[in-house]
Amino acid sequence: METLGVNMFYDDFQAITDVSIAFPARRITALIGPSGCGKSSFLRCLNRMNDVIPGARVEGEVLLDGHNICDSGTDVVQLRKRVGMVFQRPNPFPMSIYDNVAYGPRLHGIGDHAQLDEIVEKSLHRAALWEEVKDKLRELATELSGGQQQRLCIARVLAVEPEVVLMDEPCSALDPTSTFRIEELMTELMADYTIIIVTHNMYQASRVSQFTGFFLLGELIEYDHTTQIFENPRDQRTDDYVRGRFG
Amino acid sequence: MRRIRQSFDEQLEQLEQDLLEMGAFVAEMLAKAMEALVEQDVTLAQQVINEDDVADDMDLNIEQQCMRLLALQQPMSKDLRTIGTVMKVIADVERIGDYSVDIARTAIKLAATEYFKPLVDIPRMAELVREMLGQALEALVHHDLELVAQVVAGDDAIDKMWYALLNELEEIMEQHPEVVTQAVALLLVARYLERIADHVVNVAERVAYMETGQLETLAPSHRADYQPDAEL
Repeated sequence: METLGVNMFYDDFQAITDVSIAFPARRITALIGPSGCGKSSFLRCLNRMNDVIPGARVEGEVLLDGHNICDSGTDVVQLRKRVGMVFQRPNPFPMSIYDNVAYGPRLHGIGDHAQLDEIVEKSLHRAALWEEVKDKLRELATELSGGQQQRLCIARVLAVEPEVVLMDEPCSALDPTSTFRIEELMTELMADYTIIIVTHNMYQASRVSQFTGFFLLGELIEYDHTTQIFENPRDQRTDDYVRGRFG
Repeated sequence: MRRIRQSFDEQLEQLEQDLLEMGAFVAEMLAKAMEALVEQDVTLAQQVINEDDVADDMDLNIEQQCMRLLALQQPMSKDLRTIGTVMKVIADVERIGDYSVDIARTAIKLAATEYFKPLVDIPRMAELVREMLGQALEALVHHDLELVAQVVAGDDAIDKMWYALLNELEEIMEQHPEVVTQAVALLLVARYLERIADHVVNVAERVAYMETGQLETLAPSHRADYQPDAEL
C-alpha cells in the first residue's frame, strides 16, 4: 500500500498536506504525532473511512496493488474487506461472539455453517482469543472484558481475510496487560498482514513497529526505520517530539 | 514551542556533572600516583590506593542514576544516547582509577631503591594522558567534536611514546641485567599509561556517538586491521 501526494480537507480546513508514504508489506508501520496532527485523518484515507464524514475531501492517490482506491469506481465494501480497521474503543456488535466474527463473511456471501465455523475458529485463534471463548461462543460479545473485546474486533477484521489492517489507537482504552497482549498479537499477525497503527503512545510505536512516520500539523515530517526515529532522528522537530520536549 | 520535562533535563545535567566530578577525581588519583612514583612517596601512594573505594562508589552511584532514568523516564533519541554514553564512560573512568592504583602500588614497590636514571619520559606520558582525559570529559560536557579529534591524535602520540620506551627499556635490560626488576616495573607503568589512553579514547568515541548517533572506532590503532610500526 502506498500514498502519493495525499491532501485531505474538512471543508476549507486542510488537515493533511502532500503526504507520500510507501508501507512495507508484512511489516508494522506506526504513525505518531501530537493530538490534532492529522495521523488519524490520514489513516482513514487508507480505506476511505473519510467518505462518511460530511465535508471531508481527499486529493492525491492511495494505491493498493497499484490501483487508486480514491477512484469513483472503487467498490468501497470490497475495499474495506481488503483493508480492515480496528478502532480506538472496542466496538463489538450487540450479538454473540460467534456472530460478531461471522458477520463479515456472511456479508460477503458465505452461508455454509461448517465453513463459517471454520472461519470463526481460525480467526479467534489468530486473534489469540479462542482458548478464552471457545466454550461460550453463543454468549454476548459485550460481556467480554475490554481487552477481549478488542481482540474480538481484531478477529472480526481477520475473518474477511484482509491484506492490510489499520489500527487507530487500538490500546488507548485498555489496561497495560491487555495492551501488551494486543502488541504481542500484532507482532504475530505481521507475518501475514501489513499493519498500520496510529498511536499517541510513542513507546508503543517503538515496541511494535519496524517503520515509523512522524506527523506534525498535517505534514509527514519524517518517515524511517523505527530504530532511526527513536535513536537518532534526522529532523529537529521529530527529535523534540520523541524526547518529549514540546507539547 | 513550549519546553517541558524540565526536571528530566535537570537530572540529565546532574548526571553529566557527577560524571565530570568522577573524571576529575580519577585524574587527580593518576596525578598523585605519578607524583608518588617520581618522588618515591609511599604515603601519597597509599592515599591513592585508599581513594579507589571512593571512585568505585561514584561509579555505582552514577550507574544507579542511569538505571533509574532509563526505568522512569523512558528516554529517547539524544537523551537515550546520553544515558547510554554515561553508563559506558563510567566503566572506562573507573578502570583508569584502577590503573592509577596499579601505578601507586608500583611506586611503593620501587620507593626503597634509587632509580637507575631520572624519570622523564614516563611522567611526560602521564601528563599527556591526563590532558587527554580532561579533553574527553570537556568534549562530553561541551558537545565538542573538535576535542574528540584531539584525544584521538593524543593517543597516536602515546602509542609512539610507549613503543619508544619499550625499545629503550629493553636495551637497558640487555646491557644492565642488575636493573631488570626496576626496569620491568617501570615498563609496566608505561603500559598502564598506554592502556589508560585507550580508555580515554573509548570515552571520546562515546562522546562522538552521543553527538552524532554513529558508533565507530575513531583511533586507527584500535581497529582490527591496524599495523603498528614497531612490534611488541
